[in-house]
Amino acid sequence: MQRLIPGFIAAAFLAAPALADPITSFELDNGMEVVVIEDHRAPVVVNMVWYRVGAADEPQGKSGIAHFLEHLLFQGTDELAPGEFSATVEANGGTDNAFTSQDYTGYFQRVASDRLELMMKMEADRMVDLQILESDVLTERDVILEERNQRTENSAGALFSEQRMAAQYLAHPYGIPIIGWKHEMEELSRQDALDFYELYYAPNNAILIVAGDVTPEEVKTLAEKHFGPLEANPEITPRDRVDEPPQLAERRLIYKDARVSEPYLIRTYLAPERDSGDQKAAAALTVLSDLLGGSAATSVLGQALQFDADRATYTSAFYSGISLDDTTFGLVTVPRPGITLEEAEADLDAVLAKFMEEGVDEAQLERTKMMFRAQLIYGKDSLQGRARGYGVALTGGLTVQDVQDWPDVLQAVTSEDVMAAAKDVFDRRRAVTGYVMPEEVSQ
Amino acid sequence: MIRKLGLALTFICAAGIAQAEVQIEEITSPGGIDAWMVQEDSIPFTALEIRFEGGASLDAEGKRGATALMTYTLEEGAGEMDARAFAVRTEELAASFRFDIGQDQLSISARFLTENRDEAVALLHAALTETRFDDADIDRVRGQMLSSLASDAKDPDTIAGRVFSEAAFAGHPYASNSDGTEESLNALTREDLIAARDGVIAKDRLFVGAVGDINAEELGEMLDTLFDGIPEVGAPDPGRVDYALEGGITVVPFDTPQSVVSFAQPGITRHDPDFFPAFLLVEIMGGSGFNSRLMQEVREKRGLTYGIGAYLAPMNYSEFLGGYVSTDNARVSQTIDVVKAEWERLATEGVTQEELDRVKTYMTGSYPLRFDGNAQIARIMVGMQMEGLPLDYIATRNDKVNAVTLEEVNALAKELIQPDRLHFVVVGQPEGLESTN
Repeated sequence: MQRLIPGFIAAAFLAAPALADPITSFELDNGMEVVVIEDHRAPVVVNMVWYRVGAADEPQGKSGIAHFLEHLLFQGTDELAPGEFSATVEANGGTDNAFTSQDYTGYFQRVASDRLELMMKMEADRMVDLQILESDVLTERDVILEERNQRTENSAGALFSEQRMAAQYLAHPYGIPIIGWKHEMEELSRQDALDFYELYYAPNNAILIVAGDVTPEEVKTLAEKHFGPLEANPEITPRDRVDEPPQLAERRLIYKDARVSEPYLIRTYLAPERDSGDQKAAAALTVLSDLLGGSAATSVLGQALQFDADRATYTSAFYSGISLDDTTFGLVTVPRPGITLEEAEADLDAVLAKFMEEGVDEAQLERTKMMFRAQLIYGKDSLQGRARGYGVALTGGLTVQDVQDWPDVLQAVTSEDVMAAAKDVFDRRRAVTGYVMPEEVSQ
Repeated sequence: MIRKLGLALTFICAAGIAQAEVQIEEITSPGGIDAWMVQEDSIPFTALEIRFEGGASLDAEGKRGATALMTYTLEEGAGEMDARAFAVRTEELAASFRFDIGQDQLSISARFLTENRDEAVALLHAALTETRFDDADIDRVRGQMLSSLASDAKDPDTIAGRVFSEAAFAGHPYASNSDGTEESLNALTREDLIAARDGVIAKDRLFVGAVGDINAEELGEMLDTLFDGIPEVGAPDPGRVDYALEGGITVVPFDTPQSVVSFAQPGITRHDPDFFPAFLLVEIMGGSGFNSRLMQEVREKRGLTYGIGAYLAPMNYSEFLGGYVSTDNARVSQTIDVVKAEWERLATEGVTQEELDRVKTYMTGSYPLRFDGNAQIARIMVGMQMEGLPLDYIATRNDKVNAVTLEEVNALAKELIQPDRLHFVVVGQPEGLESTN
């Protein structure tokens, strides 16, 4: 058992001993990783089981199977009838749900802390003893198709995002949507789900995260009792997806849809992610996205296009560093009515060029860092948010230590680091530039 | 990718708060401002939740959207600071102010660090009392609202909500979008915004909840500073409106693969003596989670949708019982038939003891789980005050839930559930479905 204390926070920001709350992590004999986040403010606990498998690990032609399987994990085991898992959580006053991403699949319950053991017992059961009926599988497949309808088919923006990601990744599976391509989802079978389940659902591919009114000792005892007896799967191997080939040609997309009200431009660049023990470049990009596209009144894009000149209704930059493989850095601008997307793109490029020439405003950099420090404090208010943060990081190739180091790495970013990162990332050969516009408008 | 939809229906959580460890204090500042607070020293910040009752429904005649435009412009400069200087100052303090406007309330959710609390409060005070409302800022924010109205006009969910509201609450502010229309927004002036501010940001409309690293005395002084200079009395209430939509189907043609359906019938007020039985009844029918009747019949058994639910909507000036579902255009007709059949079954047969017990167990068991987080508790406390609930409600709420009998629920079901008043607004290209009337 290893107790890690984020010493930096207490030292660098306020003399508040409460901030140095312990995060405990340890591993069971079968390889299951456990993280405990103590918070005794309320008699509540969040129990999460994360699997190091996501949509990007699916076999070819089976897109959507990771997410489909996530739904099917509520459809029964050798001990639980279909729906009984959630019904039991509810009967105990709790709530439960699950989520799937490119790099992870996670399941959680939020319950009174004295119900933790029951949750662990049920999670351990469905980790290895899934039993699903063909009829339930077919009904649930209709549900995920309706989910795709709701999330994607009914939204012009979501449809374009799929096209953009498909263009961004030439070979890597991040180019395939998490929910799956519709024509492949329609063919997913019970056996496809079970094959995926047997390959990836095992204690040595899982992380238990418990946050709330509980001690690490209690969690250890319960985890050993319920997850401990499960056998590791020797077939689990490190995730090694295909590498992107060199990207040498910018891709430019035009998407027209009658449901788009106002044209907008979005450009994403292939960008490095946070790597274990090496988070510096990602930290610089995190700062860069905030400097360029944070608050409209203070960010580089907002000031130039929404304040100094009345050229855009909305501007933004986005970057999320946690990802197993290469991620993206994005820029968005919604031009004022009457300004074409070609003009909007020229505006955007002019602002970027000026930024590359003039560099970082040191006062803005300091404010950004101050906000990151404050975010650490505000972030402690959400139990589920903290638990989720660890889950995303640990399934994204990072360690507990990396998560604890991250605030320091962010604070150490200099303006030179930011400019170097910007120079690397703003390479149009690795970019996808998309024009999204109403069907009837010609540009 | 989340397995089911989270519902952003704040008013349903009307039913209550905390117990056990949370120690709520009711305070009155030296200047006479009431607030509920919890001192929670473990994290060095304070979450302050402020509500002004009335919200966008206080818009003056012909000024629809004024309160919303005013709200969104509050952080665009105050006193000596223009919009940029205000934003820079907020960032320097690492404070966070979120301004929201709804039909029933203007909310300000503020978070600030203990180390610079006074400065953050001074900044927020300036925003409320020395708002600049410079023309360039008004125009910029107005442009964003116009953009958002344009995108709402092509969003099936928003279209469904608009068509429903227009038909259900004609003649009342509830009938129209609180963000106004292109025409009404374009006509608004700086004077209109000042009038809108002074109409809603007033002491007789104010409710406060605070949780964090602060004691009662400090909070009292802080509130007097923060609200110094705001009017004692705001604009008059718009008055009640009766829900007026009859049963039927309204199809709004929209070219999209999945139809979005809103359905509703008359509801019940928060202060009705039958509110608890009604709440339990609707929870059994369409509450959150996978076990409601609608979720079981429509999603689990038939795979017709990803999410369906029903909820009570008690509002300031009216009330209804609403629901939502979305499904492929080819299957809307079937889905509506299932919902209608369930409505009929609920009205005639009521619920079973087992269903009632299950929902009671859930509601009472989940009760203490609501309080995780300072901001969350601050929101809950403000909600309680706005509903006129006493502090001791906290101790009695679970007993009230448990005291509801099957007879009460089923007697109420016959009265409340009205299959002939159920109206569906369908936005999409539903196959084999046409508007009634």
